[in-house]
Amino acid sequence: MHDDSHAPSEPHSWLDRHGDALYRYALMRVREPAAAEDLVQETLLAALRTHSRFAGESSERTWLIAILKNKVIDHFRRYAHEATLPESEDPDALIDALFEKSSDHWLSFPNAWQNPDTALENSRFWQVFADCMQGLPARQAQAFALTELEGLDTDDLCKVLSVTSSNVWVLLHRARLRLRECLEQRWFDAGKENP
Amino acid sequence: MMLSCKEVSVLLSRACDTRLTWREWLAVRLHLLYCAGCARLERQLAFLRSVGRRVREEAPGETRLPDPARERIRQQLRQEQKP
Repeated sequence: MHDDSHAPSEPHSWLDRHGDALYRYALMRVREPAAAEDLVQETLLAALRTHSRFAGESSERTWLIAILKNKVIDHFRRYAHEATLPESEDPDALIDALFEKSSDHWLSFPNAWQNPDTALENSRFWQVFADCMQGLPARQAQAFALTELEGLDTDDLCKVLSVTSSNVWVLLHRARLRLRECLEQRWFDAGKENP
Repeated sequence: MMLSCKEVSVLLSRACDTRLTWREWLAVRLHLLYCAGCARLERQLAFLRSVGRRVREEAPGETRLPDPARERIRQQLRQEQKP
């Protein structure tokens, strides 16, 4: 599946060879199908314009993903300027419900996860992960996508999302605990009954 | 400094993104010695990290670009390629 040839193929074949992968990449991050489709189109058009500058140092797929990655970050930057209050200003009831009110200790412990590393090789796991990303509130999903999926550090993330570092840490804490809950319920606990 | 599980979860998450002060770090380590729940959380946050690393350069899964979008993009690319 993965394209490792270093010579760029003809532009008209890019859509067939890489369209699905670019779409999945964009969709996991921006979550709205229409926005993901637009990003795939923008990426392929940009690739067409800069085609002659593709040096063949990486595979064609890697080159296209690098273009898409920048488009995704631009998308979030635009979105941040349009959005209103960051969600980190509001309490998150789902996170509060994980802990006892008086002591702030776990109401129930996180479960032990069996063989997490083999999940990474299972395409059904990636569908579950994408669904769990889909379930996050928008700002949490953006913060998580830019940090863990794009590798931005806190300073860059603050600039892209136009928020303070303490906002960012609140968003990331909530995103991680929600994803943890979701993966546990939908994958790790579910796997116990249907191995 | 005795921390609640909620506070430890905040610090474990922040430790993914930045360096904790040594006081924070020590308080977290002490808590993890006797709290199995938070110790699991620490491992699971590391797992989320490896999930993220895996999708930095590839896009696993089976979702496909919907056909109408594919056709629309094909048209756009054709137009762009016209001299």
